[in-house]
Amino acid sequence: MNLTLRIWRQQGPDTPGEMTEYRVSGISEDMSFLEMLDTLNEELILRGERPVAFDHDCREGICGACGMVINGQAHGPERTTTCQLHMRHFRDGDTIDVEPWRAGAFPVVRDLVVDRSALDRIIGSGGYVTAPTGSAPEAHATPVPKEAADLAFEHAECIGCGACVAACPNGSAMLFTAAKVVHLNVLPQGAPERASRVRNMVGTMDEEGFGGCTNTGECATACPKGIPLSGIARLNREFLRS
Amino acid sequence: MSYLDYTLGEPVVDTAAPAGPIEQRWERRRFEAKLVNPANRRKHTVIVVGTGLAGGAAGATLAEQGYRVVQFCFQDSPRRAHSIAAQGGINAAKNYRNDGDSVRRLFYDTVKGGDFRARESNVHRLAEVSVEIIDQCVAQGVPFAREYGGLLDTRSFGGVQVSRTFYARGQTGQQLLLGAYQALSRQIAAGNVEMHPRTEMLDLLVVDGRARGIVARDLVTGEIRSYTADAVVLATGGYGNVFYLSTNAKNSNATAVWRAHRRGALFANPCFTQIHPTCIPRSGDHQSKLTLMSESLRNDGRIWVPKAKGDTRPPAQIPEDERDYYLERIYPAFGNLVPRDIASRAAKVVCDEGRGVGPGGQGVYLDFADAIARLGRDAVEAKYGNLFEMYQRITAEDPYTVPMRIYPAIHYTMGGLWVDYDLQTTIPGLFAIGEANFSDHGANRLGASALMQGLADGYFVLPPTLNDYLGRTKLDAVPADHPELAAVEAESADRLNLILAVDGDRTPDSFHRELGELLWEECGMARDEAGLRRALARIPQIREEFWRRIKVPGTGEELNQALEKANRLVDYFELAELMCLDALHRAESCGGHFRTESATPDGEAARRDEEFGYAAAWEFTGTGTAPVLHKEQLVFEHVHPTQRSYA
Repeated sequence: MNLTLRIWRQQGPDTPGEMTEYRVSGISEDMSFLEMLDTLNEELILRGERPVAFDHDCREGICGACGMVINGQAHGPERTTTCQLHMRHFRDGDTIDVEPWRAGAFPVVRDLVVDRSALDRIIGSGGYVTAPTGSAPEAHATPVPKEAADLAFEHAECIGCGACVAACPNGSAMLFTAAKVVHLNVLPQGAPERASRVRNMVGTMDEEGFGGCTNTGECATACPKGIPLSGIARLNREFLRS
Repeated sequence: MSYLDYTLGEPVVDTAAPAGPIEQRWERRRFEAKLVNPANRRKHTVIVVGTGLAGGAAGATLAEQGYRVVQFCFQDSPRRAHSIAAQGGINAAKNYRNDGDSVRRLFYDTVKGGDFRARESNVHRLAEVSVEIIDQCVAQGVPFAREYGGLLDTRSFGGVQVSRTFYARGQTGQQLLLGAYQALSRQIAAGNVEMHPRTEMLDLLVVDGRARGIVARDLVTGEIRSYTADAVVLATGGYGNVFYLSTNAKNSNATAVWRAHRRGALFANPCFTQIHPTCIPRSGDHQSKLTLMSESLRNDGRIWVPKAKGDTRPPAQIPEDERDYYLERIYPAFGNLVPRDIASRAAKVVCDEGRGVGPGGQGVYLDFADAIARLGRDAVEAKYGNLFEMYQRITAEDPYTVPMRIYPAIHYTMGGLWVDYDLQTTIPGLFAIGEANFSDHGANRLGASALMQGLADGYFVLPPTLNDYLGRTKLDAVPADHPELAAVEAESADRLNLILAVDGDRTPDSFHRELGELLWEECGMARDEAGLRRALARIPQIREEFWRRIKVPGTGEELNQALEKANRLVDYFELAELMCLDALHRAESCGGHFRTESATPDGEAARRDEEFGYAAAWEFTGTGTAPVLHKEQLVFEHVHPTQRSYA
């Protein structure tokens, strides 16, 4: 199929960017969205133009590196990561808008690459269990009820891609923060730091410039891993409890 | 002198493994290790490159112990290292099932599974440490699968007869990595780890014969600078991406290990690569990577191709008597459950015969029709639902009604930097952990053992041995104006500038695809002398063409992903050459290395222990010049070599 792409090009964080139009042809419906961009980049290189910069790595939906706003939606029209979005979801002749994550806390590095290090700093402020290597008791010393283990797992699936932030009209990281707080706070191993964890992580989230939550729910709709919106309610409960 | 005329160097005799009963060696090593006073540890800087299971675990643990850690990853966050994509599980000899498992049995299975090309002392230690890993990860809050009583669930994996694999649905690697990442994040926030994301190691700094730092490039600004330390730990993963198409992440690369090799670290068994039989086949020339699906699918799926060549009818229109269930036919005892390498080679054979299915004839069917008829659709969905969904997302075909198409893909590399018992390379002060080293898996890795080895090395093995090195070694600070720093920085910058200056007419990916296809053809699932010689003749030609025709727009002083790719390719060319030479010299079949000339009458891999019962450790002598082979003779005191048979 033949497509028109309008892609956000921006040299660096301090230079203005703009949507630039490209045409690509011979796109197979079996290509992933990133393979379609690879095709464009191969052509750009041969023309001596700078290829479009974008983050990507595993290309199987688990590392969380890729992410772009496609036709106004984080990761595009399917509920999956950009690398797992295939071109069969588009039609010949389509015009597709491709933009980076838009959020105050995610400055653009170049083109479609943004700086998501704020998410790492939220984790560093409390998204862990303090268990230095060697200090662990025998694994079966503390049974964990299956319901708690399953609830923890459901939230632990977060891949840290930042789609929730990009989709939120407020640029809030509540779903991301909730995912880690719920994962660790429902487990007995996470209990001793339960209160400090949620306070510190929410505090860092605010300091990093993420917006507040107004229960829009766009985050959970965009999340490629299906982190439930109820996680935010649990986060709020943990916060009030602390 | 031709590259093929390698010479034989001194054998490797000292592996630093303690003597004595194998069960006591690790304890003895730790007891004899020199310690560093806790108050003095912060005076020591350790560089860790990579943040996967091995690197993340090592960085966190060393920082917890009080060392000053400076850590690097090329990704935007340490959480994205490729360990995250491991699906199946992690082995540990806990014997929670009371099914006869033990440290001894895990040790035995690993040595045997590696087809007797691993070092017994290291493997035994791995099995010992495995039980501590599970404890550590549970304490971190890793959400392993549990039973209703609240205890950990396990399953049997990769054909072993005990249930020793712990798992977190199909995302075990992700959950273990996040555990290590969170521990590392705690140390970063505490100021004990100086983390450099989006920074790629370009070279190793060797000063007075010891590894004293690295030269790295900030991938955003392009700045190239030196970082000095008292020791350097490479946790940079495997080199499967040399094949271009593999299950590895796109940016996983071999530059760190290869640069270390060029600086004097021996590289062991580069031809030992593992191919996974159940990956989704390529759909066209645009394919950028391959996706693995858990091989548990082979428990219920039946593998077949049409009996006739070039039969392009849809599978539903091919009658039962015109199908060849070739694994069931050739291996009636094991059927579709033969080991990874045998299933992979058989698929290639039928595709090479022209009986492959799907685009380009590079695929075989994995059919669930019988399982659905026998167990019901719901039961199949409960077992494999997420895998079927993933398959359907990628191929747009419904595996409940149309047989899946699968094809083998490069998945893991057993070879790597040669390390001794302490995980130290032949450059003092340079350590290699996880997939980056050659230790533990021999010629073939068992399922669910990669995660085990990465975490064993990072959490438990490296910290005490590194402690010993730092405790025993008197190191003066490397002055910032030491000439070696400026020299290596300039060398790294020159290489990038040379690439940029060519301004030719071919992209980095076009060269990478060409190299990958050549390797896959000649040094992939089955190798023979003629093919390897063809590859060894062809690689220097591709390299020469690269330096004439490569085109990379932009500059080195900016985020330039095409430049990153081209720079990694320069190392892939040399590595590919060594892989082919290693495969050529090892005129036996073992594990993942199948030489068609060395097969049993029924077509199975035939080892030649008398001649090749050693690890091949290669010494670099220059680009395109013949390397020197150092043999580490392997001694089997506890597990006696036997020939595999699955007929």
